[in-house]
Formats: sequence, C-alpha cells, structure tokens
Amino acid sequence: MAHSPTRIAHREAAHGTFTSYLAGFGICLVLTGLSFGAVMSGMIPHDRIFPTIVGLAVAQLLVQLILFLHLGTAPEQRNNTVIFVLTGMLIAIIVAGSLWVMHNANTNMMPTHMSIERARAKD
Amino acid sequence: MLGKLSLDAIPLHEPIIMGTGVVVALGGLVVLALLTRYRLWGYLWKEWITSVDHKKIGVMYFILGLVMLLRGFADAIMMRTQQAMAAGGAEGYLPPHHYDQIFTAHGVIMIFFVATPFILGLMNVVVPLQLGARDVAFPFVNSLGFWLSAMGAILVMISMWVGDFAATGWVAYPPLSELGYSPTTGVDYFIWSLQISGLGTTLAGVNFVATIFKMRAPGMNLMKMPVFCWTALITNILIVAIFPVLTATLAMLAADRYLGMHFFTNELGGNAMMYINLIWIWGHPEVYVLILPCFGVYSEVIATFSGKPLFGYKSMVYATSSIGVLSFMVWLHHFFTMGSGANVNAFFGIMTTIISIPTGVKLFNWLFTMYRGRIRFHSATLWTIGFMVTFAVGGMTGVLLAVPGADFVLHNSLFLVAHFHNVIIGGVVYGCLAGMSFWFPKVFGFTLNEFWGKVSFWCWLIGYWLAFTPLYVLGFMGMTRRMNHYDMPEWQPWLQVALVGAIIVGLGILAILIQLYVSIRDREQNRDVTGDPWDARSLEWSRPSPVPFYNFAHVPEITSLEQHWENKEKGRVEVRRYEDIHMPKNTGAGFLISVWSFILCFALVWHMWLIAGASLVATIITFILRTYDRDTDYWVPADEVARIEGAWHASMKEAA
Repeated sequence: MAHSPTRIAHREAAHGTFTSYLAGFGICLVLTGLSFGAVMSGMIPHDRIFPTIVGLAVAQLLVQLILFLHLGTAPEQRNNTVIFVLTGMLIAIIVAGSLWVMHNANTNMMPTHMSIERARAKD
Repeated sequence: MLGKLSLDAIPLHEPIIMGTGVVVALGGLVVLALLTRYRLWGYLWKEWITSVDHKKIGVMYFILGLVMLLRGFADAIMMRTQQAMAAGGAEGYLPPHHYDQIFTAHGVIMIFFVATPFILGLMNVVVPLQLGARDVAFPFVNSLGFWLSAMGAILVMISMWVGDFAATGWVAYPPLSELGYSPTTGVDYFIWSLQISGLGTTLAGVNFVATIFKMRAPGMNLMKMPVFCWTALITNILIVAIFPVLTATLAMLAADRYLGMHFFTNELGGNAMMYINLIWIWGHPEVYVLILPCFGVYSEVIATFSGKPLFGYKSMVYATSSIGVLSFMVWLHHFFTMGSGANVNAFFGIMTTIISIPTGVKLFNWLFTMYRGRIRFHSATLWTIGFMVTFAVGGMTGVLLAVPGADFVLHNSLFLVAHFHNVIIGGVVYGCLAGMSFWFPKVFGFTLNEFWGKVSFWCWLIGYWLAFTPLYVLGFMGMTRRMNHYDMPEWQPWLQVALVGAIIVGLGILAILIQLYVSIRDREQNRDVTGDPWDARSLEWSRPSPVPFYNFAHVPEITSLEQHWENKEKGRVEVRRYEDIHMPKNTGAGFLISVWSFILCFALVWHMWLIAGASLVATIITFILRTYDRDTDYWVPADEVARIEGAWHASMKEAA
C-alpha cells in the first residue's frame, strides 16, 4: 500500500458503540431535565440553584467528553486526553493567575481609600 | 469609500521617509522589470506562490525573515545614531514622533517578522524530513499561514509611507495606545498587522502539532524523535496556547478604538493593567517559542560536529518540556513594578529563577557533548559556541532581573534592553543563522561559503558585545530606554561605542548577503552530491540534496534515535521496489485568501467600511470554494520516482 502524505487517521481513533452513544444521549437528557427541574420546580432553595446547575453542567460536560469525544486512558486516546488536560491546566493557570494578579494590583493601586492629605503626610 | 485615507497621509515633509520610499520604489520596479524580462512570473506563481511544499514554504519564510531583518536593522542603526548624537543640548536628527515610531517598529518587526519567520522556516524545512514524512499534516493551511504572515509584514512596511506606525513601544500599552492619546492610524496598523500574522502563526502551530503527533515514520515513538522535533513540538504547543490570548487582547484594544468600548481605559470600569497582564501572558511564552527551536538547532549542530551522540537526550527532552510549562508561570516579571505587592512578586520572582535550571541543564548537555568529541569548527559550530558564551551571560542578567528588588532599580532601563538583546541575539539569531548554514545544502543542493560565514559570525559576535555591553553600563548609570535625547554628557561615549558595535553587526549582516551571493555563484564547486555533507546523524541526511519534492521514496522504518548514523554504521542499504506516491497539489487559495485579508486589514486601518466588508466576504467565499475543491491531490508514478532516485544513485557513484 502506498502511503499518503495526509495519513492523519493512521491509527484509527476509537469509536463508541451504539449502546455507549445511546447511554450518553440518555444521561445528557436526564442531566438537562434535572437542570430545568432545579430552576422550575421550586424544590431547590433559591441560593442553591446556581451551584446546582453549574454542577449539573460540568457533569454533562464530562459525560460528553468521555462518551462522545472518547477521551479516556485507552492507548489510542491518550494523546488527546493529555492535550485536553494540558489545555485545562493552562487555562486554569492563566485565569487563576490573572485574577490573583489583578486582585492584588487593584487592592494596592486603588488610591480611593486614602485622602490626598493623608498621602501628603506620608501617613 | 476611502474612509480617513487622503493624500495628507503620505508624509511628504519627512525627507528621511520619502528618500527611503524612493529607493524602495525604484528597487521594487527593478525587480518587477527583471521578473518580466526573464519571464519569471509563471515560474514564480507555479513553483513558489502556489506551492504547498514544506521546503519551499520554509525558504519563503526565511526570505521574509531576511528582508525584514534589513528593515529592522535599519531602524536599529538609526536609533543608535540618534542616541550617539543627541547629548546635552543637541537634539539629533530624528524628531521625537518619528523616533518613537522607529523603536516601536524595530521591536514589532524583529519579533514578529524576523525571529518568528526564521523559526517557522526552520521548522518547515526540517521537521517533516526528520520525521520521515512527505509533507506537513495540512499542506494548504501551511501555505495560507505563510501568506498571512507575509501580508502582516507588508502592512507594517506600508505604514511607513501611508500614514504612520504606532509610537507606543512594541507591546502598545494602554492608555497610550488608546484613541485619546494615539489618535492617528499608527496603533491600528499595529493591531491589524499583528492580528493577520498572528493568525498565520496560530495556523502554523496547529499544523505542526498535528504533524508531529500523527505523521512520524513507523517505529518512531516520541522518545526516538530527534531533539529538534521535540523542541518544535513544545514550541508549537506554546504557539497554539498563547496566540489566541494575543488575538483576544488586541481584539479588545481594537474594540476600544473602533467601537467606543472601555476595556482598557479608566472610564466605565476599564482597567489598563489588565492589558499589561494579558499581553505578557502571551509575551513571555512567546520568547520561549522563539528560543526553544534554536536550542534544538544547537543540539543537532553540536552533536554532528562533535561526532558524538547528543549527551543526555532524555534530560534534554524533559528540560524542554519543563521550560514549556514553567514559561506560563513567570509572566508577571515583566511588570513587577506595577504594584501587585510583595507576595505576588515573590512568587513570580522565584518561578523565574527556577526556569533557569532546565536551561542550565541544556547548557551542560551541550558542553558534555563536546567533551572528548572530535570537534570540527564549521561556522555552525562557531555560532553554537558563540551562543553558549553569550547566552550564559544573558541568562545570568535575567536571573538578576528576576529579583524583584533589583528589578525595581533596573526596570525600564537600558540594562533591561541589553538583557533581552543578549538572549535574543545570542540565542535566537545565532541559532537561526547556525540552522541556515547547517540545513542550507539540504534544500538547495550546495553548501554555503565557509569564509563569509565565519566573517559574519565574528562580526555578529564582536558587534553584539560592543553594542550591548555599554547598554548594561548605562543601565547602571540610570539611563532609561526609548530616550530621544538626554542631558547627561557622561552617557555619550558609551552610546558612541554602542553605535560602533551596531555598525559591526551591520557588517555581519552584509557578510551574510555576500555569503549568499558567493555561494550561489560558486554552486558547482560546492555541490553536495552525497546528501550528507557534514557526516550527520538524523534522517534528513539519508536523502539527496536537494531533497526531491516527495522527500522519501520509501517511508523509512525507524529502529533508532539516530537512524541515519546507525544505517551508516551498519552499512544498511535499502533496496525496495518503488511505489506510486500520493502528494498534495499546489493551490493559489492560500495566497488569494491572504490578499483579501490584507485588503480587509488595510481598509480597517483607514475606516473604509465598504471595501472592508467586500474583502471580508471575498475571504470567506474563497475559503468556502476551497473546501469544496475535491481535486487537491495526485499520484507521482513509480517510474518517475525510480528515475529521480536513479539519477541520485548515479551521481553518487560518479563522485565516489
């Protein structure tokens, strides 16, 4: 067999089975339903609604990553998983770092809590 | 229709700019006339502009880098001349506004349009050959990425004669870069040229990550990959991670300037400090994007010319990877003085000093590679040794600057300017030039002239030290960067020495041009018939020089980290039947899309909304048409492969 320069799908990526897709679809439906329920049913106290739907959204994200995008520890998927984790880590560093840096900068550099007179007196 | 553009935009009253303009226009006309005279338009279009061959795209990246190096250097020598003159009451020959544009353009051009094209050019030429692949993963995207970068460079060049360029410094901090303080089109040129070339660089990054992960020859696991490919991998992962940050930051600045928003102004809750934070989240990893592939070049060069395998391959890989991760945790050291406080500064100061550890590991690996080797002093070896000496000093001044207390004294001074030129010239420029003399025969089939290569090296080495050591001293004397003129007569002698150094660097650049001319003139004497002129170690040297467009007649089977060396040791010769080879077809789509994007950016700079809209539509339509094009590949018949390979074998026998 001749090799093509674009043999990108050299090692065939793992595809899910009909059952796994169906299970993923089912779980997503349930999780979406729960999110709507959390807001509309009134069973959840008002101040808990936001954390609840965030939690459900993250759960659904994970379900889709694993069942639909096939991220996991299987050998042919390891590269994708590592890259995904790396991406997550870099975003976490950038966002958390920026918040930390900007919070400190704002606290230290905002002159509003010091009157001009006090600043002049080097108080 | 024409927005803000009128004849007033051309600075007719500036003799320096207009004089340069006349020279450039005449030079351009001569080139166009010669192209027509020798009927080269068809050749240019078919063989280069529409080419998707990674080697040709690499060469074009290098040509772009060399041309822009001349422009960037012209800026540098003008600044050095100005500062050597403008002491005491003297004002020099450059008015402040022009001078501000020059130092901004110098920084932008040297980083985005010299260093970046150089490293992308090197990676384009070398990575597929070292991996045993026939092209990159997405050949069309490669062509598109190059042309987008080239259009960014053209946009910067045009800003010289139509309107002005940013006068803000190369990272364009707000509020100075906001509409209130920079009302002209200068910052808009800055934004759109970086957006368009940044898009090109991002595409190149995606392409190389995919290539390195998916197109290695059978048997080449990651730990059998040559060090240059490892450094290229980490660099491209960094590119993919950080260039979106630059794009988003500049998009917010553009929104401030075009749509009346207030991301980085003080009104309505905006915050200029956020821009500084974001631009350095991109900016710090960016310097590692530039230096890592050069570390790869030095590793290849020093192993080859010491006649030994690289010392500590694994530690090299781990050092490169850890530099990649650590480079994301140090960005605040660019603004210790902004006022984030002692805790934040301490954290980033410590992280910054830690990053010198993996770099030190690399330096020792190179030294141990040379230890008891049979060193040949080729000009690539000289660049490498010059790098080790120069870069070590630059690294140490960097560690000094990483101490927040010291940084409060040295911030914004010429000490800082000397430090980053120390690492960028001593690291990136030397590395790219070493790579050029090392891999030149692989692309063109003849070696570069050694004499002029060595002249260039000594000029660059002596010139660098003479130009920047005075700047370290001036930094301690309290001279800040970007000064148009100054009142301290005791600074002047140092700046005059620096000017002499810059002139010697200029002679080094001239020597490169002479080297290219002499080498092309004497190409028959310097023909590389074996394909392995340096007795080298990795896969690309197992192929003829110049490499045939399909790279490998057979996809190689990899059993060793230094496959070519092992084959030579064991006297292994491949005898297999030739097969048809599947190759990508050339396409003009990348060039066309880039031309439309160029018009789009130029129109946006001048607020020509109609033209901007039309060219945006044209860009999208061209792209969609390309995605429907199914005729993108062809087969090279086995007979053709046999003919090309046969000719190489015959010429090798003749030489032997």
